[in-house]
Amino acid sequence: MYLLNLIFRNIFRHKLRTGLTILGITIAILSFGLLRTVIDAFYAGVEASSSTRLVTRNAISLIFPLPVSHKDKIRQIAGVQLVSWGNWFGGVYIDEKNFFPNFAVDPKSYLELYPEFVLPEDQKAAFFRDRKGFVAGRKLAAKYGWKPGDTVTLRGTIFPGQWDMVMRGIYKGRDHTVDESQFFFQWAYLNESIKKSAPLRSEQVGFYMIGVTNPSIAADVAANIDKAFKNSIAETLTETEKAFQMSWITMSEAIVIAIRLVSFVVIFIIMAVMANTMAMTARERIGEYAVFKTLGFGRWHIAGLIFGESLLISLIGCACGIALTFPAAKAFGAELSIFFPVFLVSDETIIMDISAAIVVGLIAGIFPTWRSIRIRIADGLRRIG
Amino acid sequence: MSSETAPIVQIRNVSKTYRRGSQAIKVLENISLDIKEGEFLALMGPSGSGKSTLLNLLAGIDSVDSGSVTIGGIDITKLSETDLAGWRAVNVGFIFQFYNLIPVLTAFGNVELPLVLTTLTKKERREHVEMALRVVGLADRMDHYPGQLSGGQQQRVAIARAVVTDPVILVADEPTGDLDRVSAAEILDLISRLNRELGKTIIMVTHDPRAAEKARIILHLDKGIFADVPS
Repeated sequence: MYLLNLIFRNIFRHKLRTGLTILGITIAILSFGLLRTVIDAFYAGVEASSSTRLVTRNAISLIFPLPVSHKDKIRQIAGVQLVSWGNWFGGVYIDEKNFFPNFAVDPKSYLELYPEFVLPEDQKAAFFRDRKGFVAGRKLAAKYGWKPGDTVTLRGTIFPGQWDMVMRGIYKGRDHTVDESQFFFQWAYLNESIKKSAPLRSEQVGFYMIGVTNPSIAADVAANIDKAFKNSIAETLTETEKAFQMSWITMSEAIVIAIRLVSFVVIFIIMAVMANTMAMTARERIGEYAVFKTLGFGRWHIAGLIFGESLLISLIGCACGIALTFPAAKAFGAELSIFFPVFLVSDETIIMDISAAIVVGLIAGIFPTWRSIRIRIADGLRRIG
Repeated sequence: MSSETAPIVQIRNVSKTYRRGSQAIKVLENISLDIKEGEFLALMGPSGSGKSTLLNLLAGIDSVDSGSVTIGGIDITKLSETDLAGWRAVNVGFIFQFYNLIPVLTAFGNVELPLVLTTLTKKERREHVEMALRVVGLADRMDHYPGQLSGGQQQRVAIARAVVTDPVILVADEPTGDLDRVSAAEILDLISRLNRELGKTIIMVTHDPRAAEKARIILHLDKGIFADVPS
């Protein structure tokens, strides 16, 4: 208790230096926390994916469609419980900068496959009834001020034209990991429209979403689906939803690696700053440590004083950094909600923040402790005066 | 020294050489000395004569090259660094020239410092500290920080810290070297009282003849040997 009290008092002997070091650690932990949250946001889709859902797409590439008739054959494969389908619509709302994911889907099967999109029953029924109806996530609706009954026009980029739709519902996520910025409308509306304007592109889907009865048979079901369409005009590639989401991340892996690297560089830099602070502190107190040794304090006491001070400074900075990470992440997430619809500070990030602070505190204390312990008492006492 | 009782300090054939680069500087050469319990000894000599080194050796904060230093029946040259630290905590009280108080601790906290290593309870520690501060006449300043005390008062706190564990010997290295004349006289009176009234064994290094006069025995060191052979 006495030594703890002494550590506390020592910390604020050089208020400016300690204050600046704590500020540095706060900023480093804040940056580290935000960068880790950005990485988590990349993986949010993977985290939210279900182990009972498969994605089937054209084996050549995702941009090539599959015939809608595949659905009947897929339904007959053992282990398949539910089949839904859809297209990436790629529509633009007023201006290109208003980007949000928009899909044409088969509403009933799709919402059944995605129970995490929670929609009131009356809105759900209204959506099912209206061919030109659409539903949007809570965040997206709030962003543009849409409410049920509003007409929204999307400009098609993949499917040219002006697409008028009426909002029939606003879904919310079952939990905080669900993306609430998506837009779904009826695939039938898309199909019927393009049947008139581009008949060759009709009766085709971009992907199938398949629900399986048991996660343990997902791999076998996927293999059987692909086998069923082997040597057909549109061969398929089926994978779990998680693997499908991961394939998107793989495309931007270099960015993720760079962010991860930068997050550790930030910690490394603050470690150097912290080590410098502790080295200066210990150098100034060499004489004092000699007095402690003279009075009978051992090397463990000296180590405790230095490591204690180093850890305390680091943890104070860490606590401030964590406290700031939450509002910063909220502001950051709101600003970039289009790119990172789920931007939440995870428990793992907080644990990593604390671990980083402990590592910084310990490493920064090593050299000054080693130096202070090694110095002879008589030499240390000569530094005073 | 007297042969009536066994000396509390026995220094036998102690030599010490320091190395500065390739140069070897012989500081003490085959020194032997006995100090009786309750004695007040002043070590004098010019700078570099080896008096502070001798003080450090018998206080266990430096090691001999050869010879032995026995304090209270224990040859401290045979102790490990850890054991020596424990031995110092119990047996030696230090008074430094520059007081060496911890600036972030009050007078009370500074005096309490050596007691932290003991098994005393907090209440017992408080009693010991208050007693020590009363002895040095600073009972009313125990909540003051070193920066709020004069040089003489700081040295009194340092003396209270040195005696609070009731050590076997008190070592003082130029205890008045950083004080004005009046404060120096007060400190010397206090040290003399500790010897006279409490029977403390004191070994003091000083340049100041007035300080040395307070001691019962004065020994002069010159170039690592005693100029006057101890009787």
